[in-house]
Amino acid sequence: MAAIEILGLEKTYMVGFWRKRPKRALQPLHLRVEEGEIFGFLGPNGAGKTTTLKMLMGLVFPTAGSARILGREWTDPEVKAQIGFLPEQPYFYDYLTAHELLDYYGQLSGVPAKERKRRVEEVLQRVGLTDVKGVQLRKFSKGMLQRAGIAQAILHNPKLVFFDEPMSGLDPLGRREVRDLMEQLKQQGKTVFFSTHILSDAEALCDRVAIIHKGELRGVGAVEELTSSVHGKVEVIWQGSQIPAAMKALGGECRISGDTIRAVISDRQQDAAIDALRRERVRLIAITPLRTSLEAYFVEKLQHSQTTAGTTA
Amino acid sequence: MNARIAYIASNTFREAVRDRVLYNLIAFALLLSGAAIFVGQISIEIERLVVVNLGLTAVSLFGIVIAIFIGIGLVSKEIEKRTLYTVLSRPVRRWEFIVGKFFGLAGTLVVNTFFMAIGVFGALLYVAHKFSAADLSILVALYFIVLEFLIICALALLFSSFSTPLLSAVFAFSLFVIGSFANDLRGFAGLSHGLTRWLATGAAYLVPNFSALNVISAVAHQQAISGQLILQNTLYALFYSAMVLSGAVLIFERRNLK
Repeated sequence: MAAIEILGLEKTYMVGFWRKRPKRALQPLHLRVEEGEIFGFLGPNGAGKTTTLKMLMGLVFPTAGSARILGREWTDPEVKAQIGFLPEQPYFYDYLTAHELLDYYGQLSGVPAKERKRRVEEVLQRVGLTDVKGVQLRKFSKGMLQRAGIAQAILHNPKLVFFDEPMSGLDPLGRREVRDLMEQLKQQGKTVFFSTHILSDAEALCDRVAIIHKGELRGVGAVEELTSSVHGKVEVIWQGSQIPAAMKALGGECRISGDTIRAVISDRQQDAAIDALRRERVRLIAITPLRTSLEAYFVEKLQHSQTTAGTTA
Repeated sequence: MNARIAYIASNTFREAVRDRVLYNLIAFALLLSGAAIFVGQISIEIERLVVVNLGLTAVSLFGIVIAIFIGIGLVSKEIEKRTLYTVLSRPVRRWEFIVGKFFGLAGTLVVNTFFMAIGVFGALLYVAHKFSAADLSILVALYFIVLEFLIICALALLFSSFSTPLLSAVFAFSLFVIGSFANDLRGFAGLSHGLTRWLATGAAYLVPNFSALNVISAVAHQQAISGQLILQNTLYALFYSAMVLSGAVLIFERRNLK
């Protein structure tokens, strides 16, 4: 069973003083997210990521289309007991303490009182807010609010978690902790759907990603599939300060940084390169097949869509 | 009551209690009750009348200000601050949210009225030295004031569900002022003709009839309040609040939370 099935959801806002000018925020979107995977929803700011998430959460009504979440209609309120949601730059009732906030959300999610008490303590510890659980949220920093947001999203032990820009406002340590948390959720068999524009996070975490730009889906697939488009090239790294003539002769692109040299050559020249470096008696550090990064794929997709738009215009 | 409505109501109540502005208003109302004592002392033979009149008017006016002040932000502030996202992404229906907010605010006002009423009775005891059977009708006046608050809460919520806090405050306060003269408006409708009569009659029955709920002067003059008026006002306030609240739900159910 798919965790999420988006069946042509689309959104057009009517803008202008008389609200007569249509502005399309999301083209009909078809997407399927399998259970148990970490799915990255990537796109630049204003691409339609948050609109999609808000429609799935029932905060914004679609102009057309529908969706199924965990096998049920997405509008079914009971589905929401099984999903967690962290909005972008979350803001909470600042007159409440972290403990009170989580207790309140636990009540709304239908967590029984006894279990709620245990779950609240558990998630507070999990996001590192135990020490400040009695502090009102108005005294929280942006990073602490983000942690509280993550805590409320996983409090009721949901099967599916939606995170909208979960790394936003976090320091490198916090980002690492969120990444670990997402991996733990996956290990527990939960599905994680998260939107981000930080590609390194997506590349490190996601089983599959979708790229959206200007409200239109530009690509979807496993990270390895999307990033394996550069074939036939290897990167050779060795210790040294000068490029041997034999390596120069191979015609690769060489770069010196400190006491290491990197060269990108054709994989057919790999053996010749190893022989050349042995002859020079230098220390070989690594030979790795070159893959395009998710970032390169992302930029290519965005540029392609801009070119297409330009041609159409 | 549905458990989620009760949780939302209790959180709304907690928010109001932790809002310092609320305490200022209560303190101000108590000060006014103190002023009633002072004015009562310089009003020979009519101390009771002055204390009851001023005290109950203070309870009513400050309650209305609190109802409007908090009510106008109940929905719009949640949308603006995006606190609503994490509530509505749970198994909470939109109508439950509105009804919960209504009960939370109404509960806050009942508690406030209780404390302010203690102030009024304290002032009364101070000037009259004892309570009389006629003072029981002050409770009826306070009950009508609470009914008035229910209508104002519902109106503030209705405006808050589609408008900005400032405009909501203007709308709610205007309706309160017009509603306070609802009987005069009905009288005017009876005297006019043609289209004016139609419009005046429509307006008179559409605006909340706060003048029927205002028995402060009668109570101050120790006039008895009939059981029929109590029943009539109760049914009217409940029906009017339910209608306005339904309107708020209808609007909010269709609203995109951008």
